[in-house]
Formats: sequence, C-alpha cells, structure tokens
Amino acid sequence: MSSESPRSSEPRAGFEPPTGSGEARANTRWLWFFKLASPPHAYRLAGLLRPWFLWPAVALMLIAAYGGLVIAPSDYQQKDAFRIIYVHAPVASMSLMVYVVMAVAAGIGIIWRIKLAHAVAAASAPIGAWFTVLTLASGSIYGKPMWGTWWEWDPRLTSELIQLFLYLGYMALRASFDDIQRADRASALLAVVGVVNVPIVKYSVVWWNSLHQGPSISKLAAPSIDSSMLWPLLIMMLAFMLYFVAVLCNRVRSEILRRERNTSWLNESFVKS
Amino acid sequence: MPPAATEPAVPGLWSLWLLVSRRELRLAARHWDQVLQPLIFFVIVTTLFPLAISPSLDELRRVAPGVVWVAAMLASLLALESLFRPDVEDGTMEQWTLSGQPLSLMLLAKTTAHWLLAGLPMVVMAPVAGTALGMPLSVWPVLMGSLALGTACLSILGAIGAALTVGVRRGSVLLALLVLPLEMPVLIFGARTVDLAMHGESVVGPLNLLAALLLLFASLGPFAMAAAMRISVES
Repeated sequence: MSSESPRSSEPRAGFEPPTGSGEARANTRWLWFFKLASPPHAYRLAGLLRPWFLWPAVALMLIAAYGGLVIAPSDYQQKDAFRIIYVHAPVASMSLMVYVVMAVAAGIGIIWRIKLAHAVAAASAPIGAWFTVLTLASGSIYGKPMWGTWWEWDPRLTSELIQLFLYLGYMALRASFDDIQRADRASALLAVVGVVNVPIVKYSVVWWNSLHQGPSISKLAAPSIDSSMLWPLLIMMLAFMLYFVAVLCNRVRSEILRRERNTSWLNESFVKS
Repeated sequence: MPPAATEPAVPGLWSLWLLVSRRELRLAARHWDQVLQPLIFFVIVTTLFPLAISPSLDELRRVAPGVVWVAAMLASLLALESLFRPDVEDGTMEQWTLSGQPLSLMLLAKTTAHWLLAGLPMVVMAPVAGTALGMPLSVWPVLMGSLALGTACLSILGAIGAALTVGVRRGSVLLALLVLPLEMPVLIFGARTVDLAMHGESVVGPLNLLAALLLLFASLGPFAMAAAMRISVES
C-alpha cells in the first residue's frame, strides 16, 4: 500500500490548500481558521485550553454534587435513589452530544479535508463510547430500585444500547485500516451516515410503549421537577460538557502526536525541551 | 427523449442503468449457487428456532414475525459479502470509478440487481417459512409486502457498509458490526407490521414508514455508496 502521499510528508499542512487563483483573498480572510487547523498550532492551543476547561469542570462538579446529594430534598416517591440522575442524565445527554460533535467534525474533515477535524472525530469516539457505557451502567443501577430489574427493554435503554453499537462500529472501522487517511475518510463517512440514522433509530425504538418515565427537564417553561432539584442537574450537565472538552483537548493532543510523529516540528520541539 | 444522433458514444443514464443491471443478472445466471446460498441460509435459520424454542405452533406463532425478519436480515447480510468484493478484486470497480459515468447511479443499479437476486427470492420464500412457524394464510400479503420494502432498505444500507469495508481484511464481521445497528429501525417496523397483521390490526402506519425509509435510503444512499467506494478503491 503506497499511501505516503505528498500531504503527509509536508509537516505543517493540516489543511490541503485550495487550488485555483481566485482563492488568495479568501485565504487571508480565513487565515485564523487555517492556522487553527495546523497541527502544531492546534497542539499548543489544546494544551493551553485544557486547564481552563478541566478546573471549572471539577469545581462545578463538586458544587453540583453538593447541591444534588446534600441540599436537594429527597423525592417523595423515589426517596434518595433519585439522586443518581445527577450522574445518569448528564452522561446520557453527553453520549448523544458527543456523537453529534464527532459527526460534525467528521463531516468538516471529509468536506474540507482538514486533518485536525478528523483527529477531533477520532478522539471523540472513545469518550462518547464511555459516556454511553456510563449511561447504561448508571441507568441499570437506577432501574434496580425503581423498576425492580437491572435491565428493561424499554425505548430509551435500547436506543442507548444501539448508540453504543454505533460507537463501537465506528471505532472498529477506524481500527481496521492501517493507512490513517483512509481510516479517517471511511470512518468519517460512517459517522455522517450514522448521524442521519440516529433520529430514525430513536423514533423507531420509541415505537414500543413501556414504563420509562417521560423526560422531566426538556420542558423548560414548566419543569416538572422542583427548582432545588433542578439547578444541581443543570450545573452537572455544564460540568460534564466542560469535562468533555478538557478530555477532548487531551485526546486531540495525543492524536496529533501519533499522527505527526515523523514530522520535523515535533522533532524540533522535543530537541528543544 | 431520443439522444442526438451526432453523439452516439455517450450513453444515457437509462442505458447505463440497463447495462449494469444486465451484466449483474447475467453474472448471477452463471453462478446460480451463489444466489441460492443466502436463500438456503434463510430457510436454515428459520428452522433453528423451532429446534431452539419449542415445536409447539402456538408458541412459535408468537415469535414468528420476529424470527422471519431476523432470518431475512441475517441472510441479506450474508449476501452482501459478494456484492462488491469480486468487482473490486478484479479491477472492474476501478474502471467504473474512472469511467466518468455517475458512480452513484451505477452502484444503485448494482444494488437493485442484487436485491432482485438476494431480496426477492426471500420475499417469495417467506410465506413458506412463516406458515411453517404457524402464521395464518391471511398474513401472507403483509409479510411479503413488508419484506419487499424492508429487504430493499437493507440492501441499500448494506451496500453502503459493503462499499466501506470492501478493502478491509476480514471485512465480513466488521460489515455486520457496522450495518446491523443501522438496520435496526427496519427490523422494528418490519416485524411490527407483521405482528400487527397477525393480531388483525391496521398495518398502514408501519408500512408507510417502511416505504418512507426506503425512499430516504434510495435517494441519499447512492451518494454515500459512491463516496465509500471511492475511498475503498482509491488506495
């Protein structure tokens, strides 16, 4: 497989420059964007941003945990067992959001051929898969006292399981290519096809009726849970988002290191340090 | 619209479609065993369930729609293995991508021919399998209709997956891993349709949904297939 294309031998080309003469002006306008997409710059930037996401995430998580576990009153019906939603609901929404982030990054990567976008998509997949696993685990721990079973074939659990399969398929497809550029493009296409299918999966699975409680905070106008229970949940969601970005920064950095291991800028920076 | 007489060399889309379809059907006619294999697999899988669950028709009748649908899904997955692989291996697909003709249309024609050879025989065979599992005769039209729409959806989704994994070593397990989660809505609607029909309820809703899915996949799928095939053939 002769995959050593000129793109990969050129160290700073995170972006394949558009061909044609009329694009020079567009290039200067989008310079910041191209700069962002260049691996050395993105590597530095991700390193700079990481603490700014990580520490607020940790602080907000502690605040929300205190609010959720201590301040919020116990539920009149579910008693203290309801408190697991402070983990369950945020990771459940993250499992879906990370897939969308991954698919958007993959779409950007496949349309504009930006290597960094592929790196972001590749870095998101394991995080999203873990969020999905956590959702399933916390959901079944929640389900045991509520429904009396660890597992119930109900729409939301099942669609979450299918979500996990989609992540696993994406990662399996990536892993099966030796050439990283083919892996990028093939898996990006799968992610885009998958994101078109995700709503269909969700709604088809809702086809069955079962005993899962309706979503309680999607109606922002009149939330059906008390505000003393709600605010820790919202803060926890924000905390998980920040945490995701922090972990993503970390993973994107190692993804860049792995992809650019033979390039001159990395060797230079290692010689310097 | 008749083509201009001065440009005989450029075939229209329709003749391109016919060329591809004829080639596929002719190739299949020379390898009948390959066409029969998924069908035999389908029958064998439906035979496994009475052995595994119970010989009593009353018990089998409850699970019959699901059994027939799962068997059809697995058989269509098995048939996908031979959809693109021979053409990629002998270089035909490279010629197709270089030909300047719309690859998406050619792949859709190929997938349609594939459905005629892999999906349609299952649609015809399904009532036999269903009756063996205790389905009443009145369900036959719904069973065949839902399978006809559903297996066409499965062929298109499967073709996208097959085009993505055709260049991968041991791609068949990977193909199942990629395609089965995407196919689950089709299974849900299809099995649900047959289940409703067996309880004597209206099946218009899920059948319409299956038809809508087929329209969606048939209109967007070919572009994904072509993009996937370009990635696979490129290297």
